[in-house]
Amino acid sequence: MEDKILLAHGSGGKLSQDLIKSFLPDLANPILEKLDDAAVFEVSGRLAFTTDSYTVNPIFFPGGDIGKLAVCGTVNDLAMSGARPLYLSLAFIIEEGLPVADLKKVLASIKKAAAEAGVKIVTGDTKVVDQGSADKLFINTAGVGAVPEGVNISASNARPGDKIILSGTIGDHGIAVLSRREGLTFRTPVPSDCAPLGKLVADMLKVSANIHALRDPTRGGLATTLNDFAEQSGVGIIIEEDKVPVAPAVAAAGELLGLDPLYIANEGKLAAAVTASDADKILAAMKRNKYGGNAVIIGEVIAEHPGRVVMRTAMGASRIVDVPVGELLPRIC
Amino acid sequence: MKFSKEFRDPELGKRLLERIHRRSRRPARLMEFCGGHTVAIFRHGLRQLLPDNIKMLSGPGCPVCVTAAADLDKAIALAGTPGVIVASFGDMIRVPGSRSSLAAAKAEGADVRIVYSAQDALAIARDNPGRKVVFIGIGFETTAPTIAASVLQAEAEGLKNYYVLSLHKVCPPIMRAILDLGEVKLDGIVCPGHVSAVIGSRPYEFLASDYGIAGAVAGFEPLDILLAVDMLVEQIESEKPEITIAYRRSVRPEGNPAAIKLMDQVFETADASWRGIGRVAGSGLSLRPEYEKYDAENNFNIEPGPAVEPAGCICGAILRGVSTPPECKLFRRVCTPQNPVGPCMVSSEGSCATYYQYGDDRGV
Repeated sequence: MEDKILLAHGSGGKLSQDLIKSFLPDLANPILEKLDDAAVFEVSGRLAFTTDSYTVNPIFFPGGDIGKLAVCGTVNDLAMSGARPLYLSLAFIIEEGLPVADLKKVLASIKKAAAEAGVKIVTGDTKVVDQGSADKLFINTAGVGAVPEGVNISASNARPGDKIILSGTIGDHGIAVLSRREGLTFRTPVPSDCAPLGKLVADMLKVSANIHALRDPTRGGLATTLNDFAEQSGVGIIIEEDKVPVAPAVAAAGELLGLDPLYIANEGKLAAAVTASDADKILAAMKRNKYGGNAVIIGEVIAEHPGRVVMRTAMGASRIVDVPVGELLPRIC
Repeated sequence: MKFSKEFRDPELGKRLLERIHRRSRRPARLMEFCGGHTVAIFRHGLRQLLPDNIKMLSGPGCPVCVTAAADLDKAIALAGTPGVIVASFGDMIRVPGSRSSLAAAKAEGADVRIVYSAQDALAIARDNPGRKVVFIGIGFETTAPTIAASVLQAEAEGLKNYYVLSLHKVCPPIMRAILDLGEVKLDGIVCPGHVSAVIGSRPYEFLASDYGIAGAVAGFEPLDILLAVDMLVEQIESEKPEITIAYRRSVRPEGNPAAIKLMDQVFETADASWRGIGRVAGSGLSLRPEYEKYDAENNFNIEPGPAVEPAGCICGAILRGVSTPPECKLFRRVCTPQNPVGPCMVSSEGSCATYYQYGDDRGV
């Protein structure tokens, strides 16, 4: 096989077939192996369906790569509706000249992430474009998941009195990618938090039916997610600055780059609005999951100032936490 | 950086605030010069914690904001010159000039690249020997030494396609200009942190000796700023103005001699135009004649046409500390970070963007 991806790899001819067949061992499952035009599978009940495209630059970063991101990002979008993630599609847009070894590395990490998340990749597509028409590798994944009976989770369901739970430190993914891009090195390197959260959400649902809103704070960070809750639910939210966990290296890098961790992307965290009386047991369930070890209650939903998020600063003042204003941030997901 | 946690300790903050409340008796108008300070003050909610008799005003210390429309027009004209690559800090590219912006020029096909340092611009010059690369040099004494270093490196490497459009500004002369304008009555100035790490605290001594104004150099953590305010209160109450340093971990009275030497080797002071203030003698830096072959002003025939300020925009008055963003008729209605009319809404350190983001005018 060639050591770089050629335009011919996307032509539909022999090279294309060889390339696709070389993917199969990594992704093997009976539905995919039929190589029919569409995947056929049985599902019943309510479905969740989502899609996302991944264009992160660089494609390999501390703690992950574009492949892991493409699986986790879509799995997490499904999980945030309370769904159990089941099936993914996987489409590559490859820039001519990408080393085949890089593609193999990405595939290996897709395999690993899909296995961990318990999802099957059941259909896919590969296109190759001229140099300069894409940047190394773009991936699109779409996913379907099954929403269990009685689960009704939406950013519009937060209610006054709810507690806001955050599953761990914020800003790790954005800083991991930026530090690699800008050649910044820190004494304590910051790995991306990229992780599939389906099982964390399942653990939460096992102990409580009163999870009202869930979202993974990706682009735009925690500030954007909380503003979504406030706006879509027509409620106010108040959080405590000193409760929001930030890794020291992320805090330091944020200062250096002039970025507030509240606005920096995460790929393995969630924020939830839950009934106050269930908050402690949900928190305990989260802490038992490896992706919720640092989970913490950071604030609450209130009836006052609907649509607005307010933070009590560590110094004892209050300020509005708005959505980020048009910053020139590079591609991070 | 490992200090950032210590300088956010809420207990120490409370103690400093108690001391400020106990000692501050007279009405005091304090200007934080730096945009970075304005952001930190808003982000940590410090204004609401200070006694009512202390009023904080934001000054002209946002390098993007103070760049005159005419200078920005030059950068945009350069971007439209065939064979030229313009390299600029990201904040600058969305600032509206008289008729366009670097972002609009880029959308029309100009080669405008966002860089994080002059070193990135040098790399672009190395990679594109057939093109002329112009770095838009903005910033105060903080960035000037790094850009001086890039010029020296271009010389050492024999690069013949690297140019700097020097729009650099220096701090002490503009402080004097604002005080001489007499529009705002100030009792104290929170002096810049990063600039002072380069030039030291001595260049501000005229504040105390010539104008009787208190001065304290501050860092960017909440305790740094509170400590500076505490020092200013002490000077104001005792009627003994001087220049003190509340940022000892980075700033010495004499500054950083190596950085100053580098800056002096490549640049000389020159008159500079400031948005909303006009031309101020000796308030800018231009390349010395020895380095004129790297000076974009000398090597391109730039004729951007007459400069026009955006109608209704009061960025100039905001930069002089005369007005605050909510007093502008355009603020939040017409002028937003998505559709900025003036530069103070574009830069993340601009007063308008800071007020917009942190909502001082909306109450909490």
